[in-house]
Amino acid sequence: MREIICELDGVVKCYGAREVCRVERLDIRRGEIMGIMGPSGAGKSTLLRLLNFLEPATSGRINFDGYAIEGTGSPPLAVRRKVTMVFQEPMLLSASVAANVAYGLRLRGEKEIQSRVQSALEMVGLIHLAKAPASTLSGGEAQRVALARAFVIEPDLLLLDEPTANLDPYNVALIEGLILRVNRERGTTIVLVTHNVFQARRLAHRVLFLLEGRVIEMGDTEQLFTSPTDPRTAAFIRGEMVY
Amino acid sequence: MWGIVLLTLRVSGTALLLSTLIGIPVGCWLGFRRFWGRRLTIAAIYTGMGFPPVVVGLFVYLLLSRSGPLGSLQWLYTPNGMIFAQVIISFPIVAGFTMAAVMGVNPNLRQQLVSLGASGWQTTLTVLGEARVGVIVAIVAGFGAIISEVGAVMMVGGNIEGVSRVLTTAIVQFTRMGMFDMAIALGIVLLLICFLVNLVMLRLQGRYLDQ
Repeated sequence: MREIICELDGVVKCYGAREVCRVERLDIRRGEIMGIMGPSGAGKSTLLRLLNFLEPATSGRINFDGYAIEGTGSPPLAVRRKVTMVFQEPMLLSASVAANVAYGLRLRGEKEIQSRVQSALEMVGLIHLAKAPASTLSGGEAQRVALARAFVIEPDLLLLDEPTANLDPYNVALIEGLILRVNRERGTTIVLVTHNVFQARRLAHRVLFLLEGRVIEMGDTEQLFTSPTDPRTAAFIRGEMVY
Repeated sequence: MWGIVLLTLRVSGTALLLSTLIGIPVGCWLGFRRFWGRRLTIAAIYTGMGFPPVVVGLFVYLLLSRSGPLGSLQWLYTPNGMIFAQVIISFPIVAGFTMAAVMGVNPNLRQQLVSLGASGWQTTLTVLGEARVGVIVAIVAGFGAIISEVGAVMMVGGNIEGVSRVLTTAIVQFTRMGMFDMAIALGIVLLLICFLVNLVMLRLQGRYLDQ
């Protein structure tokens, strides 16, 4: 049994009177890839934003790496810096590719920035574009830069919000390979939000199915895909859930 | 003539510097924060962007006159008084355009910066960098408003030769006296100053202007 890096206990997120996410209990284990799947509006991105401390929970407790955040509280910068997220849209700065990858390291006042940026760009296969303006990249290249920018800071928890949405199959395969590599070689814990059930099955060790802000089912990937206990999970996996 | 040019640069340069130092943080604050009274504050800034300089001059004159609330400063008919008036003219312009520039940056980028570990200051500075074309336009617009205005500096400065006479008030003075050659020469100097300052600003905008 792997050590737990992050646990959510009775976490509720509301926007005004509308409850968008309620997680009674969720453990994320160190070194695993956890897939979160569910239809649009299920609360997947909200859950990621809570895990990234981008917005506070309305109530409940998040325990991250031994640091407890109660209710609407927020963690100190040092704790926040252990988690990072790659968004569906790459969101690069108007700067060179290398400057984008170096951004998180510069924020932290790290050393050997140039060599670390170089190895991150080599990892994602974009070292030849290091000096190119980020605005000239294709969608797939931009997303790989966004991944390199996240990998280089070596987060304890890496959150991926549909990182391959709108990409061609070549780039999807490339990015899936990178996700697996960073998890295997560095032991980075990854939470991957995806619409794509096949992708969740290919990448995740455990999968969580979210519907209308609630955790419907969670379990080991193969077990959940082969013998789901909830009929809604089964319908979603079979592609029968209309969303 | 060079005394007039130097005083113009000193007064408008200092006013622009102060407007920038106040206007950019205020613009960022209005652009990023949501607070009670924000719309009213923005409406006040927008109104300030359209202040007729002569009205600003009147208010500053009343404030700085001997019986006014700031009379003890003894800034009336001094460059300090003129700087004060010009800051009131250009600060809302710098703040208003800066607010629009930072609000034009994709809000998801701010989220991404925070997610990458940026503190509040680091996020603000990075967003300002992303909005730099717009922020420099804000400074250029603030500069344009004060270098060319005549009403406020005339009322507050008094156009006293060797003390508070700047290019615009000197042009008015020489035109009234029928010395058109001098007025035209000063007009050309004023245009040259504007052109040179804008060249520097364009340089600061750099390649981002072409993207």
